Amino acid sequence: MESITPEVLRPIRTLGPIAWLRRNLFNNWYNVVLTFIVLGVIYKVLIGLINFLLQANWDPVTTRPVLYLVGQYPAEELWRIGLAVFIISFLFGISWGNWGDLVQTFAYLIIAGSAAAAFIPSTIISVSWPVRIFFLVNITLVFVGRAVGRSRFGKPRTILILWLISLPIVIILIYGFAQSEFMPVVLTTLWGGLMVNLLLAAIGIAASFPVGVILALGRRSSLPVLRWFCIGFIEIVRGVPLITILFMASIILPLFLPGDIRIDRLIRALIGITMFSAAYMAENIRGGLQAIPLGQYDAAKAIGLNSTLTTLLIILPQAIRLVIPAIVGQFIALFKDTTLVLIVGLLEILGVGKAILGGNPQWVTSQTEVYLFVAAAFWVFTFSLSRSSRHLEKALGVGER
Amino acid sequence: MKQREGRIPILTYQGIPLWRDDRVIKGVVQVVSAIIVVGFLYFFISNILTAAENRGLALGFDFLSEAAGFPIGESVFIQYDPSMSFGQAFAVGLLNTLKVSLIGVVFATLVGIIVGVARLSTNWLLRSIAGVYIEIVRNVPLLVLLFFIFFGVFQQLPDVQNSFAIGDLIFLNQRGVYMAWYLTTGSTVTWAIILAAAFILAMIAFVILGSYQVRTGRSTYPGWIALGILIGLPIIGWFILPEQPLNLDLPVLGKFNFVGGLTLTTQFTALLIGLIFYTGAFIAEIVRAGIQAVSKGQVEAAKSIGLKPMQSLRLVIFPQALRVVIPPLISQYLNLTKNSSLAIAIGYPDMFAVGRIMINQAGRAVPVFIMIMVTYLLLSLTYSVILNLYNRRIAFVER
Repeated sequence: MESITPEVLRPIRTLGPIAWLRRNLFNNWYNVVLTFIVLGVIYKVLIGLINFLLQANWDPVTTRPVLYLVGQYPAEELWRIGLAVFIISFLFGISWGNWGDLVQTFAYLIIAGSAAAAFIPSTIISVSWPVRIFFLVNITLVFVGRAVGRSRFGKPRTILILWLISLPIVIILIYGFAQSEFMPVVLTTLWGGLMVNLLLAAIGIAASFPVGVILALGRRSSLPVLRWFCIGFIEIVRGVPLITILFMASIILPLFLPGDIRIDRLIRALIGITMFSAAYMAENIRGGLQAIPLGQYDAAKAIGLNSTLTTLLIILPQAIRLVIPAIVGQFIALFKDTTLVLIVGLLEILGVGKAILGGNPQWVTSQTEVYLFVAAAFWVFTFSLSRSSRHLEKALGVGER
Repeated sequence: MKQREGRIPILTYQGIPLWRDDRVIKGVVQVVSAIIVVGFLYFFISNILTAAENRGLALGFDFLSEAAGFPIGESVFIQYDPSMSFGQAFAVGLLNTLKVSLIGVVFATLVGIIVGVARLSTNWLLRSIAGVYIEIVRNVPLLVLLFFIFFGVFQQLPDVQNSFAIGDLIFLNQRGVYMAWYLTTGSTVTWAIILAAAFILAMIAFVILGSYQVRTGRSTYPGWIALGILIGLPIIGWFILPEQPLNLDLPVLGKFNFVGGLTLTTQFTALLIGLIFYTGAFIAEIVRAGIQAVSKGQVEAAKSIGLKPMQSLRLVIFPQALRVVIPPLISQYLNLTKNSSLAIAIGYPDMFAVGRIMINQAGRAVPVFIMIMVTYLLLSLTYSVILNLYNRRIAFVER
């Protein structure tokens, strides 16, 4: 049990470096032994790492940066992705200005990434001047957005609506229009790289949210047909690995449809991901629903709301607020799981790495570098996500009541 | 609804209109949802039946007794060869899944407990290293980790002639891991019986001496005596028996490859290591949270009645932490089992990978898929039954 009264702050005491060492590393005999063992291990690992880095050949990564980012997206259409990046960066800027800590990590991530791309020496990765300028503009946009977010235009509701409409706009930008000279359709077979991971995770979580809400409500419903269908769906999906769901969506689903309907491969993967994510989302939201005190239902009844309105206006808003951190956690897991679409043949970032290695036998000894790079790319994203999720938990005050 | 008579006509009760009557709404929603569910099922099933007719898609399970005709890299218990049936091939895959999952669960728990306790160590360096490990591994997708281990490490190992060796005991090379193992002799069974007897005797001694100590307050050293029996008896047995019960079997480099010892394929080892370290990081966080969930007062109370640190860990902290730890731990075990399906990406023949080949070989996508899904669901069900049994047991203990 945590105490209700705030803790009285202890007087701050600073330790000298030697006293600190004494206290934290050498306070008794077994800690002395442990310290030396750990130091030995760290030494060994560092030496190994330095040796590896000295001999490492990063060519499979540095000579094809675009492939890792967007796959085989045609070069003359790349400006569309650039525009999408601008929109996202600007929105992150606005959110940063308005919400502060919550999105700060992402704003820093965009700024650091853009700065790295803008100033990287041409000897490492050759980046053309327009691209460097693009990244500098991108940094500026983040700060412009921040200023806008701080001004009177930045209202949380407006920002949320902007985010919601940005997703379809970004998708349309990347996909293009049929019979358009200006923005021709770029087939999803050419999409790839980190862009696919991010898109799959973002669309997957956005699409699974309404489905998850319906499933969660259905599972708690008093109507047996609805309840058993929802329980069946949730438990079956949660009981099998994601790959089986992905395979089902990409191999079995076409069999279940009339012969003349063909679904795009990316869409099929997305259907699988959404189904999978919706089942977990439903369980998260159900957790939130269960945490709502019964008094809320009674109060809603007392002011004359029927069960539909009670759910929509009173229960769901509170329940969703409670489970936002859990949804962020689910987004992190889903983002990591998007690598699995490689097994059904989509070229997401890991698949790009594998394909580059497969197409260039001269790099067979550089596999370590490629996968280390992909791992690092994922790490940067998921680590910052989990950091901001901690801020979010604090801001929402979840678990403190 | 019938209109009721009232003195003042304005206040006449009209009854609830149909569209706001909860019972009516519920009935309608019930019927509509039933129609939607049945409609969906009908749509899918009729489509697959037409597809079965038009495209010659077979739906039966009769193919399971036909010869599989494809090789499988490794198998346990069943000596598999391509002339065996599809059903047996599937069983080989299932056993491979169980093998990697069970070994993975044991070692992931070990890694998790060690790292979780290290995370709370008073030693700053150890604590930080454990934290770094957890933060690195948890934020990288398992598939990337597996690719890194398999392609980035195991495929980069030297060839057989220049194996990376740890003494004479373990050899690592591109083809696999070769470890020293044991050989059974004529006395092995007898020695195993002695081992079991020692274990039972030690348990009995521990319980009897322990209860005597509690009753009389006199020190009987139950732990030490039980340990002595547990170690002493097998050692005596080892030397008394006519033959040495177990012989060391060292891997020795032959003409083309290593002979003797235990051989593990690189696919299996990479998958196992990936699963262990990935799940281990999650388990470590569970263990840490569980230990931290035990309130400080309990630790202080244990200290005040004179328990030593190890005793308070064993008698006070662990039993209480266990309640918080076990439920999420079991769901991590389930995750590990499900994650073992990533084997297909690095070529370990688990159930999913074998099923995938069966779909290509037999052309029966739907039946094979049903088999895979049902098997995974049964595995999940097993885990949740264990979890429920445990929850019921601790619910009993709770006040």
